[in-house]
Amino acid sequence: MARIIAGIGTSHTPAIGAAVDNGKTNEPYWVPLFRGYEPAKKWMAETKPDVAIIVYNDHVNAFDFKIVPTFALGCGAEFPIADEGWGARPVPIVKGYPELAAHMVQSLVLDEFDMTIVNEMQVDHGLTVPMTLLFGQPKEWPVRVIPLAVNVIQYPAPTGNRCYQLGKAIKKAVESWDEDLRVVIFGTGGMSHQIQGPRAGLINKEFDTAFLDNLTRDPERLARIPPLTYLREAGAEAIELVMWLIMRGALGDHVREVYRFYHVPASSTGVGHIILEAA
Amino acid sequence: MPDALITTMSKQPEEYEDIPGTWVFDAQRARKGYHLNAFLYSLMKAENREEFLADERKYLQKFPMTEEQREAVVKREWNKLLELGGVSYALAKLAFTDKKSYQYMASQMVGVPESEYVKMMLRGGRSPDGWRSKRERQD
Repeated sequence: MARIIAGIGTSHTPAIGAAVDNGKTNEPYWVPLFRGYEPAKKWMAETKPDVAIIVYNDHVNAFDFKIVPTFALGCGAEFPIADEGWGARPVPIVKGYPELAAHMVQSLVLDEFDMTIVNEMQVDHGLTVPMTLLFGQPKEWPVRVIPLAVNVIQYPAPTGNRCYQLGKAIKKAVESWDEDLRVVIFGTGGMSHQIQGPRAGLINKEFDTAFLDNLTRDPERLARIPPLTYLREAGAEAIELVMWLIMRGALGDHVREVYRFYHVPASSTGVGHIILEAA
Repeated sequence: MPDALITTMSKQPEEYEDIPGTWVFDAQRARKGYHLNAFLYSLMKAENREEFLADERKYLQKFPMTEEQREAVVKREWNKLLELGGVSYALAKLAFTDKKSYQYMASQMVGVPESEYVKMMLRGGRSPDGWRSKRERQD
């Protein structure tokens, strides 16, 4: 059967992708950040998963406001890279896993998570920056990807609890697939940041640290954080952290933290990264 | 935190309108900003960016926005655009059209030069202390 063997939490700041694409990773501004992801890349190269479910949000690239799906599962065979207004990132096209995605949709809807099915869409930095951070710059991505796009842009995003429960349903869906597959799940976005209004630039390291701690200690507590608390304490865009709770829910009750990294800033963001192995 | 609070809070705009220096992009703001954001979305295409820059007011007539929204676009009044229903990720496409970055746009919203904003971030960013609530700040 297919199994979810690990979860990866990581920020997906677009400037990180731009730094890689433009060969700036050796600049003093970026050195500490990329050094912090080296052990993660090594872990990923050794783990060699078959499939990555990547929970991310689109930033007004694949979806304009004609349709705003709360949970959209990418069921296509491939996902082209979006031109977000400065040219598409020079990264390989993302290959999907339509058979498994179709199975997941059926399982999730019958578990009362009414997913939007997306057969064609472009993917933006929300999905590709985490791939770059964990897989580097290969000619072809070494995994097949099932994108799960979550609306965290138009308020309200789904609650943390809803996301956590969806993660549990994803675990059930994956484990009811016969093929022997090693699956990892990414929760992306965050951590504390705000990129709008006179309060832009807000960072709350204490909040972020407690969030990272509680992913292993007390995820149920994280699932009860109300939306307003993310906005007020950690910035308007910190609500993206609910996507990490989908990842956490999909790992089961017990996890082992194998790596953690935290760094301020990348552009306006408090960058957080964690690897959790299902115990 | 009781579960009931999760559902009640999400229905009370006055709660999040209390956050200072922030325009939460909620369903009402999304409704008002629909055509403004559609204009911003159109700037993803290079030919549209060129056409817009060649004659901004003419290009803006293609979208059934309010005159107030058009004016704020031409003047690059970033905070006004947030208030009128623009969402920051879409507004970034206007900044990119001007060959500026996210950080530049954020610095303009804060009202400081970009270099000063970048320095603030390098020092660890803006502390939430004093920025949690309008009531607390007596704004």
